[in-house]
Amino acid sequence: MLPPLRPYRRPAPGIQPPHLHPDYVGSIKRAPSRALVQIPQTLSEITGPPSPQLKLGADLTRQGQGSPIGQKIIVSGRVLDEDGKAVRNTLVEIWQANAAGRYWHPIDQHDAPLDPNFIGKGQLITDEEGRYQFTTIKPGAYPWRNHPNAWRPAHIHFSLFGPAFATRLVTQMYFPGDPLIPFDPIMNGIRDEAVRCRLISSFDWRTTIPEQALGFTFDIVLRGRLETPMENRP
Amino acid sequence: MTHRTSDEAFGLVVSQTVGPFFQIGFADLYQNDLTVPGLGGRAITIGGRVLDADRLPVSDAVIEIWQANSFGKYAHPEDVQDKPIDPGFTGFGRWATDANGTFSFRTIKPGPVPFSAETSQAPHINVSIFMRGLLDRLVTRIYFFGDERNDADAILNLVDPERRSTLLAQPDSSNPDSYIWNVILQGPDETVFFDF
Repeated sequence: MLPPLRPYRRPAPGIQPPHLHPDYVGSIKRAPSRALVQIPQTLSEITGPPSPQLKLGADLTRQGQGSPIGQKIIVSGRVLDEDGKAVRNTLVEIWQANAAGRYWHPIDQHDAPLDPNFIGKGQLITDEEGRYQFTTIKPGAYPWRNHPNAWRPAHIHFSLFGPAFATRLVTQMYFPGDPLIPFDPIMNGIRDEAVRCRLISSFDWRTTIPEQALGFTFDIVLRGRLETPMENRP
Repeated sequence: MTHRTSDEAFGLVVSQTVGPFFQIGFADLYQNDLTVPGLGGRAITIGGRVLDADRLPVSDAVIEIWQANSFGKYAHPEDVQDKPIDPGFTGFGRWATDANGTFSFRTIKPGPVPFSAETSQAPHINVSIFMRGLLDRLVTRIYFFGDERNDADAILNLVDPERRSTLLAQPDSSNPDSYIWNVILQGPDETVFFDF
């Protein structure tokens, strides 16, 4: 006899950004036109990949011969679930543009310099309290072709697995006070302002290192469990 | 705008697009051969293309798969079934499409996993698809054409019968261990995507 499954809470309707968001032009030919088929969570959804052997470090400023150009920053926080419980031993991957707003990628042709000392990728596993910390440089804003004079606010891409297939999350972290945020179609795909604000990091004196680096904190909340275990029924 | 307010301290952090440059962060953990020495089960390949509303190849998608082993057991602590594990088999794969929108995985056909205490699901592979243009991932499943367990599968039975074939990997006529499964993002024969 198997124990009852402990499913994850569904996000409240309208919280996640929709697949079709025409202001984000890239969605128009790629978003499904049919409604998603609602299914119950099964063992397939409440399990998920084990954390892998890491291939990268958490200090993005030490991946070249010398120091990268830009404002050195510490990005840290906790990975939690919706009940405030730590999500421990889970993989966090990040990638980002350099200080000039250029990605280390062949299809990025933005006329800004590459930095030979900055590739812009990192990995770590959260600790027993769900904590993480990366050392990096503050990414620059960069232009894109979504609409005339379109610029993305500075951001760091985050990828997390959490404990289950159901908790997989790819998102972006933004910086407080960035004047481009209110105009960003990707950010504005999230309808609720309070939900958008959850993606904006906070400047933090406690993690700011004298003479070295500014601290930004960003807590990442993944889906929590339903309060009551349920027999799985279609 | 500021970070979250204290009265919603544990509000969900929602999704944003993976963008066009995910390779920077993801490539170090690309893995499209899930097999390991000594792995039990029937080795298969599953390949296909990701196509957009105009049937143009999506050259910048990343596909992740999650599956049980040949006994139908997931490498996860919440799978407490009394079934053998395969040391070294994680059940996880990640691969990006190429310029033609093509991807492929080498793995083993998973066994059936439970649906409820009394019933099983047909063998399937769980799939997440990320790409520029999608603010949230797409989730779907790969089932296997011709598997006699499909007819009783509770999840497949939630899908309009006319659309079920989009979830079925088709064996290659020349090699029954090689399956073809395409992802059509939008249009009359668009792939079924799930929410849970």
